Amino acid sequence: MLTNRIIPVLYLMNGLIVRSESFNHFLVIGNPINQLERLSTWQADELIYIDITREGEHDMRRSDHKVQRRTDILELIQDIAKVSFMPLTFGGRIRTIEDVDMRVANGADKVAINSAVVRDPDLIAQVAKKYGSQCMVVGIDVKKEDGHYHVYAENGRVRTELEPVAWAQKVESLGAGEILLNSIDRDGKAGGFDIEIIRQIADSVNIPVIACGGAGAWPDFLEVLEKTHASAVAAGNIFHFTENAYPRAKKYLKSKNANVR
Amino acid sequence: MIGIIHYGMGNIASVYNAFEYSGVPAKILRSPAEMAACDKYVLPGVGAFGHGMANLNSMGFSEGLQKYVAREGRPLLGICLGMQLLATEGTEFGRHPGLNLIPGIVERLPGEGLRLPHVGWNKTITVKANALIQAREDLPPYYYYVHSYHFKPEDAACVITRCEYGTSFVSGVQKDNIFAFQFHPEKSQKAGLEILKNFNEIAIPC
Repeated sequence: MLTNRIIPVLYLMNGLIVRSESFNHFLVIGNPINQLERLSTWQADELIYIDITREGEHDMRRSDHKVQRRTDILELIQDIAKVSFMPLTFGGRIRTIEDVDMRVANGADKVAINSAVVRDPDLIAQVAKKYGSQCMVVGIDVKKEDGHYHVYAENGRVRTELEPVAWAQKVESLGAGEILLNSIDRDGKAGGFDIEIIRQIADSVNIPVIACGGAGAWPDFLEVLEKTHASAVAAGNIFHFTENAYPRAKKYLKSKNANVR
Repeated sequence: MIGIIHYGMGNIASVYNAFEYSGVPAKILRSPAEMAACDKYVLPGVGAFGHGMANLNSMGFSEGLQKYVAREGRPLLGICLGMQLLATEGTEFGRHPGLNLIPGIVERLPGEGLRLPHVGWNKTITVKANALIQAREDLPPYYYYVHSYHFKPEDAACVITRCEYGTSFVSGVQKDNIFAFQFHPEKSQKAGLEILKNFNEIAIPC
């Protein structure tokens, strides 16, 4: 039987892994290359790397690292791909088909695109046609305001006119292979996932939905798997807290008879 | 030396990286002329059947595979699309002739309301002993799948592994020197790397 995937998300800012809260506050975890050894002991189902570097901003208090050049991310992808033998998804700052070409050529199995496809939905079809739908993960960031869910773009800074369910169905029809659904409200708060929106989105499409945003403890993952039809649960911060966080998550889930590998 | 056939269908760096990581000498082949110097081949690939066959034909790899694999008996490992192309015919976006190295047909995974593609880790049952997968307690038989079509071989004796998604489908085949899997060993962590290592170690002829 197809298992549900548990996926660590690694946020990259100026070439370093960071943890984030509500897409706003960032704390450096470390150098992604140094983390690779540790990650490989996890035997994770997949890895998602999201580059959340903001152009022209210096969020970091450290002064000893340089602003990331465009080629750095590609070298990083290559280095990761050389030692990681599970599916790799890269997202963040992907704006054109050429950006996709470069990431795939350097080792990405899938690309996650958010703002660029809000601006130009046709990019979804372009990527799906060239690389197959399975390569095209559409990121959808949502926030609940006045009792309604809204789709946000630009790393949580711009509210769009899009309604999440309608948008999810649209991206599916254009050729998206998966949806990476992130709750801006829950991000980094360790207070649990937004079950309601995950349920709505997963039930409105026939492609896999990866739920992200809010993991604080292992039961949070179980809740997503038991109460929604999400195909995978992703989390960023929680897996950085302890050395064995990922294997522990799997152990907990298996002890509760969750359908995981 | 293992030759990984590069025919423009998907990123094959992962397959190469997997062999390199495991200490197995491998080479990416960009033309059939490079096939002679290799003693085993891998046919990887992700994408549409018709497109894959068109590329194999136009690049001359189809002929190369008939010569070195079908006639001379050199081992071949097909992965994902590479497995499907071994068939007599594919039905994705119309009917297309395949390599016909293992008779059979490729069809869409059946099942109403099934989320497609079938993507993720799924349990894989070995139904016939083979040189590539040995049962090991430390390597649970879960592999990474991402596909919407499946291969139905004519001869049931070819089937070495099965998987279940909606229905039970064939996920691994072997016919003499030709092995193939629907899942991606190069994306299946330790269990997958083990398959690639075993492929390297099988004796020739099979």
